[in-house]
Amino acid sequence: MAAELAPQTFRVTRADLVRYAGASGDFNPIHWSDRIATGVGLPGVIAHGMFTMALVGRAVTVWAGAPDAVVEFGVRFSRPVPVPDTDEGTEVVVSATVKEVTDEGHTRLSLTATCNGDKVLSMAQALIRKR
Amino acid sequence: MPLDQSFVGRSWPPTGPYLVGREKIREFARAIGATDAAYHDPEAARALGYADVVAPPTFPVAITMSASREVVADPALGIDYSRVVHGDQRFAYSRPVVAGDALVCVNTVEEIISRGGHEFLTTRTDVTTEAGEPVVTVWSKLVVRGEG
Repeated sequence: MAAELAPQTFRVTRADLVRYAGASGDFNPIHWSDRIATGVGLPGVIAHGMFTMALVGRAVTVWAGAPDAVVEFGVRFSRPVPVPDTDEGTEVVVSATVKEVTDEGHTRLSLTATCNGDKVLSMAQALIRKR
Repeated sequence: MPLDQSFVGRSWPPTGPYLVGREKIREFARAIGATDAAYHDPEAARALGYADVVAPPTFPVAITMSASREVVADPALGIDYSRVVHGDQRFAYSRPVVAGDALVCVNTVEEIISRGGHEFLTTRTDVTTEAGEPVVTVWSKLVVRGEG
Protein backbone atom coordinates (compact mmCIF):
# COMPACT_ATOMS: atom_id res chain seq x y z
CA MET A 1 0.00 0.00 0.00
CA ALA A 2 1.45 3.37 -1.06
CA ALA A 3 2.01 6.05 1.57
CA GLU A 4 -0.25 8.47 -0.29
CA LEU A 5 -3.55 7.06 -1.53
CA ALA A 6 -5.33 8.34 -4.65
CA PRO A 7 -7.87 11.06 -3.69
CA GLN A 8 -11.56 10.29 -4.23
CA THR A 9 -14.15 12.92 -5.12
CA PHE A 10 -17.82 12.80 -4.13
CA ARG A 11 -20.55 15.07 -5.47
CA VAL A 12 -23.11 16.20 -2.88
CA THR A 13 -26.48 17.68 -3.83
CA ARG A 14 -29.58 18.69 -1.88
CA ALA A 15 -31.24 15.48 -3.07
CA ASP A 16 -28.46 13.51 -1.37
CA LEU A 17 -29.14 15.31 1.92
CA VAL A 18 -32.87 14.59 1.73
CA ARG A 19 -32.17 10.93 1.02
CA TYR A 20 -29.64 10.76 3.87
CA ALA A 21 -32.06 12.44 6.29
CA GLY A 22 -34.64 9.76 5.56
CA ALA A 23 -32.21 6.85 5.75
CA SER A 24 -30.47 8.02 8.92
CA GLY A 25 -33.41 9.55 10.77
CA ASP A 26 -31.58 12.87 11.19
CA PHE A 27 -34.21 15.44 10.21
CA ASN A 28 -32.44 18.52 11.60
CA PRO A 29 -33.82 21.32 9.37
CA ILE A 30 -30.39 22.95 8.90
CA HIS A 31 -29.84 20.10 6.42
CA TRP A 32 -32.86 20.94 4.23
CA SER A 33 -34.15 24.48 4.99
CA ASP A 34 -32.19 27.56 3.91
CA ARG A 35 -34.54 29.67 6.01
CA ILE A 36 -33.70 27.80 9.21
CA ALA A 37 -30.00 27.35 8.36
CA THR A 38 -29.44 31.07 7.75
CA GLY A 39 -31.53 31.82 10.84
CA VAL A 40 -28.90 30.12 13.02
CA GLY A 41 -26.03 31.89 11.29
CA LEU A 42 -25.06 29.31 8.66
CA PRO A 43 -24.42 30.33 5.03
CA GLY A 44 -27.31 28.08 3.98
CA VAL A 45 -28.15 24.40 4.07
CA ILE A 46 -25.14 22.30 5.14
CA ALA A 47 -24.51 18.58 4.79
CA HIS A 48 -25.01 16.33 7.80
CA GLY A 49 -21.59 15.82 9.38
CA MET A 50 -22.42 12.13 9.40
CA PHE A 51 -23.10 12.23 5.66
CA THR A 52 -19.62 13.65 5.07
CA MET A 53 -18.22 10.99 7.40
CA ALA A 54 -20.13 8.33 5.45
CA LEU A 55 -18.48 9.50 2.21
CA VAL A 56 -15.09 9.29 3.90
CA GLY A 57 -16.07 5.80 5.04
CA ARG A 58 -16.78 4.86 1.41
CA ALA A 59 -13.33 6.11 0.43
CA VAL A 60 -11.74 4.10 3.25
CA THR A 61 -13.47 0.86 2.25
CA VAL A 62 -12.36 1.42 -1.37
CA TRP A 63 -8.76 1.91 -0.24
CA ALA A 64 -9.05 -1.12 2.06
CA GLY A 65 -10.53 -3.20 -0.76
CA ALA A 66 -13.22 -4.64 1.53
CA PRO A 67 -16.60 -3.33 2.75
CA ASP A 68 -16.06 -4.74 6.27
CA ALA A 69 -12.42 -3.74 6.87
CA VAL A 70 -12.90 -0.75 9.17
CA VAL A 71 -11.86 -1.47 12.77
CA GLU A 72 -11.80 2.11 14.07
CA PHE A 73 -12.96 5.32 12.47
CA GLY A 74 -12.97 8.79 13.99
CA VAL A 75 -13.28 12.40 12.82
CA ARG A 76 -13.66 15.93 14.13
CA PHE A 77 -16.06 18.15 12.21
CA SER A 78 -14.04 21.34 11.86
CA ARG A 79 -16.02 23.23 9.21
CA PRO A 80 -19.48 22.85 7.65
CA VAL A 81 -20.04 21.63 4.09
CA PRO A 82 -22.47 24.12 2.45
CA VAL A 83 -24.60 22.52 -0.26
CA PRO A 84 -26.09 25.05 -2.71
CA ASP A 85 -29.50 24.38 -4.25
CA THR A 86 -28.11 23.71 -7.73
CA ASP A 87 -27.90 20.64 -9.95
CA GLU A 88 -24.16 20.51 -9.31
CA GLY A 89 -24.32 20.95 -5.53
CA THR A 90 -20.79 20.75 -4.21
CA GLU A 91 -17.86 18.34 -4.05
CA VAL A 92 -16.04 16.68 -1.16
CA VAL A 93 -12.53 15.43 -1.89
CA VAL A 94 -11.15 12.71 0.41
CA SER A 95 -7.47 11.86 0.58
CA ALA A 96 -5.36 9.72 2.89
CA THR A 97 -1.85 8.83 3.90
CA VAL A 98 -0.71 5.62 5.54
CA LYS A 99 0.55 6.45 9.03
CA GLU A 100 1.60 3.07 10.34
CA VAL A 101 1.06 -0.65 10.35
CA THR A 102 0.19 -1.68 13.90
CA ASP A 103 1.45 -4.68 15.83
CA GLU A 104 -1.81 -6.50 15.00
CA GLY A 105 -1.15 -5.91 11.30
CA HIS A 106 -3.81 -3.22 10.91
CA THR A 107 -3.13 -0.16 8.76
CA ARG A 108 -3.74 3.31 10.20
CA LEU A 109 -4.81 5.97 7.70
CA SER A 110 -4.70 9.69 8.30
CA LEU A 111 -7.66 11.19 6.43
CA THR A 112 -8.38 14.60 4.92
CA ALA A 113 -11.66 15.87 3.49
CA THR A 114 -11.94 19.20 1.71
CA CYS A 115 -14.78 21.23 0.21
CA ASN A 116 -13.93 24.24 -1.97
CA GLY A 117 -10.34 23.84 -0.81
CA ASP A 118 -11.22 24.10 2.89
CA LYS A 119 -10.55 21.24 5.28
CA VAL A 120 -13.91 20.16 6.70
CA LEU A 121 -12.51 17.47 9.03
CA SER A 122 -9.58 17.39 11.39
CA MET A 123 -8.02 14.57 13.42
CA ALA A 124 -9.64 12.13 11.02
CA GLN A 125 -8.27 8.61 10.92
CA ALA A 126 -9.23 5.04 10.31
CA LEU A 127 -7.76 1.72 11.30
CA ILE A 128 -8.33 -0.95 8.66
CA ARG A 129 -7.86 -4.68 8.68
CA LYS A 130 -6.52 -6.70 5.80
CA ARG A 131 -8.71 -9.68 5.00
CA MET B 1 -25.84 27.68 31.42
CA PRO B 2 -23.19 25.09 32.34
CA LEU B 3 -24.15 21.46 31.98
CA ASP B 4 -24.66 19.43 35.13
CA GLN B 5 -21.24 17.88 35.90
CA SER B 6 -22.87 15.23 38.07
CA PHE B 7 -23.87 13.45 34.82
CA VAL B 8 -20.24 12.47 34.13
CA GLY B 9 -19.85 8.71 34.52
CA ARG B 10 -23.57 8.09 34.58
CA SER B 11 -24.95 5.22 32.48
CA TRP B 12 -28.50 4.51 31.46
CA PRO B 13 -30.24 1.11 31.36
CA PRO B 14 -30.01 -0.78 28.03
CA THR B 15 -32.42 0.41 25.35
CA GLY B 16 -34.97 -1.96 23.88
CA PRO B 17 -33.50 -4.05 21.05
CA TYR B 18 -33.21 -2.46 17.60
CA LEU B 19 -33.82 -5.08 14.93
CA VAL B 20 -31.48 -4.38 12.00
CA GLY B 21 -33.39 -4.96 8.76
CA ARG B 22 -31.88 -5.92 5.42
CA GLU B 23 -33.87 -3.22 3.63
CA LYS B 24 -32.75 -0.59 6.16
CA ILE B 25 -29.11 -1.41 5.47
CA ARG B 26 -29.78 -1.29 1.71
CA GLU B 27 -31.59 2.05 2.11
CA PHE B 28 -28.72 3.52 4.13
CA ALA B 29 -26.12 2.23 1.66
CA ARG B 30 -28.07 3.71 -1.26
CA ALA B 31 -28.36 7.04 0.57
CA ILE B 32 -24.58 7.30 0.89
CA GLY B 33 -23.95 5.91 -2.58
CA ALA B 34 -22.20 2.78 -1.30
CA THR B 35 -22.48 0.10 -3.96
CA ASP B 36 -20.40 -2.75 -2.47
CA ALA B 37 -22.25 -5.99 -3.08
CA ALA B 38 -22.00 -7.05 0.59
CA TYR B 39 -24.23 -4.08 1.58
CA HIS B 40 -26.97 -5.16 -0.84
CA ASP B 41 -26.70 -8.83 -1.73
CA PRO B 42 -26.97 -11.50 1.01
CA GLU B 43 -25.05 -13.99 -1.17
CA ALA B 44 -22.11 -11.58 -1.48
CA ALA B 45 -22.16 -11.03 2.30
CA ARG B 46 -22.27 -14.81 2.92
CA ALA B 47 -19.19 -15.17 0.72
CA LEU B 48 -17.41 -12.91 3.23
CA GLY B 49 -18.63 -15.04 6.12
CA TYR B 50 -21.69 -13.07 7.28
CA ALA B 51 -25.23 -14.35 7.76
CA ASP B 52 -26.79 -11.48 5.79
CA VAL B 53 -25.93 -8.08 4.31
CA VAL B 54 -23.40 -6.03 6.32
CA ALA B 55 -23.81 -2.34 7.15
CA PRO B 56 -21.46 0.46 6.05
CA PRO B 57 -19.15 1.79 8.79
CA THR B 58 -21.24 4.80 9.84
CA PHE B 59 -24.59 2.92 9.85
CA PRO B 60 -24.59 2.53 13.68
CA VAL B 61 -25.48 6.23 14.10
CA ALA B 62 -28.90 5.45 12.67
CA ILE B 63 -29.36 3.42 15.87
CA THR B 64 -27.29 5.35 18.41
CA MET B 65 -28.50 8.84 17.57
CA SER B 66 -32.04 8.06 18.65
CA ALA B 67 -30.78 5.90 21.53
CA SER B 68 -28.70 8.76 22.93
CA ARG B 69 -31.72 11.09 22.88
CA GLU B 70 -32.51 9.84 26.39
CA VAL B 71 -29.27 11.51 27.51
CA VAL B 72 -29.18 14.76 25.54
CA ALA B 73 -32.90 15.40 25.96
CA ASP B 74 -32.81 14.98 29.76
CA PRO B 75 -33.87 18.41 31.06
CA ALA B 76 -31.74 17.90 34.18
CA LEU B 77 -28.58 17.84 32.02
CA GLY B 78 -29.46 21.29 30.70
CA ILE B 79 -28.74 21.09 26.93
CA ASP B 80 -30.32 23.70 24.67
CA TYR B 81 -30.56 21.48 21.58
CA SER B 82 -30.95 24.44 19.22
CA ARG B 83 -27.36 25.42 20.10
CA VAL B 84 -25.86 21.97 19.54
CA VAL B 85 -23.38 21.16 16.77
CA HIS B 86 -21.67 17.85 16.16
CA GLY B 87 -18.02 18.05 17.26
CA ASP B 88 -16.42 14.62 17.02
CA GLN B 89 -17.55 11.16 16.07
CA ARG B 90 -15.73 7.87 16.58
CA PHE B 91 -16.47 4.18 16.12
CA ALA B 92 -14.58 1.13 17.39
CA TYR B 93 -15.91 -2.09 15.89
CA SER B 94 -15.77 -5.64 17.18
CA ARG B 95 -17.49 -6.67 13.96
CA PRO B 96 -19.73 -5.04 11.35
CA VAL B 97 -23.45 -4.69 11.98
CA VAL B 98 -25.29 -7.43 10.07
CA ALA B 99 -28.95 -7.62 9.02
CA GLY B 100 -30.83 -9.69 11.57
CA ASP B 101 -28.89 -8.31 14.54
CA ALA B 102 -31.02 -7.29 17.52
CA LEU B 103 -28.90 -4.57 19.10
CA VAL B 104 -29.15 -2.92 22.49
CA CYS B 105 -27.45 0.35 23.43
CA VAL B 106 -26.05 1.45 26.78
CA ASN B 107 -25.36 5.18 26.94
CA THR B 108 -22.76 6.70 29.25
CA VAL B 109 -21.74 10.31 29.70
CA GLU B 110 -17.94 10.18 29.51
CA GLU B 111 -16.98 13.82 29.76
CA ILE B 112 -18.35 17.32 30.17
CA ILE B 113 -15.95 20.22 29.55
CA SER B 114 -16.48 23.97 29.55
CA ARG B 115 -14.09 25.90 27.35
CA GLY B 116 -14.23 29.32 25.72
CA GLY B 117 -17.85 29.79 26.70
CA HIS B 118 -18.89 26.51 25.06
CA GLU B 119 -19.83 23.19 26.61
CA PHE B 120 -18.52 19.89 25.26
CA LEU B 121 -20.43 16.69 26.03
CA THR B 122 -18.96 13.29 25.12
CA THR B 123 -21.29 10.32 25.16
CA ARG B 124 -20.28 6.71 24.67
CA THR B 125 -22.80 4.18 23.40
CA ASP B 126 -21.89 0.52 23.81
CA VAL B 127 -23.78 -1.44 21.18
CA THR B 128 -24.13 -5.17 21.82
CA THR B 129 -26.38 -8.03 20.83
CA GLU B 130 -29.14 -8.97 23.24
CA ALA B 131 -26.85 -11.79 24.43
CA GLY B 132 -24.18 -9.21 25.27
CA GLU B 133 -21.79 -9.81 22.35
CA PRO B 134 -19.95 -6.51 21.70
CA VAL B 135 -20.54 -5.13 18.19
CA VAL B 136 -19.45 -1.49 18.14
CA THR B 137 -18.70 1.32 20.56
CA VAL B 138 -19.72 4.78 19.41
CA TRP B 139 -18.46 8.09 20.83
CA SER B 140 -20.11 11.40 20.00
CA LYS B 141 -18.92 14.78 21.14
CA LEU B 142 -21.57 17.48 21.02
CA VAL B 143 -20.69 21.14 21.27
CA VAL B 144 -23.27 23.38 22.93
CA ARG B 145 -22.40 26.84 21.66
CA GLY B 146 -22.39 29.56 24.26
CA GLU B 147 -24.75 32.51 23.96
CA GLY B 148 -23.22 35.71 22.65
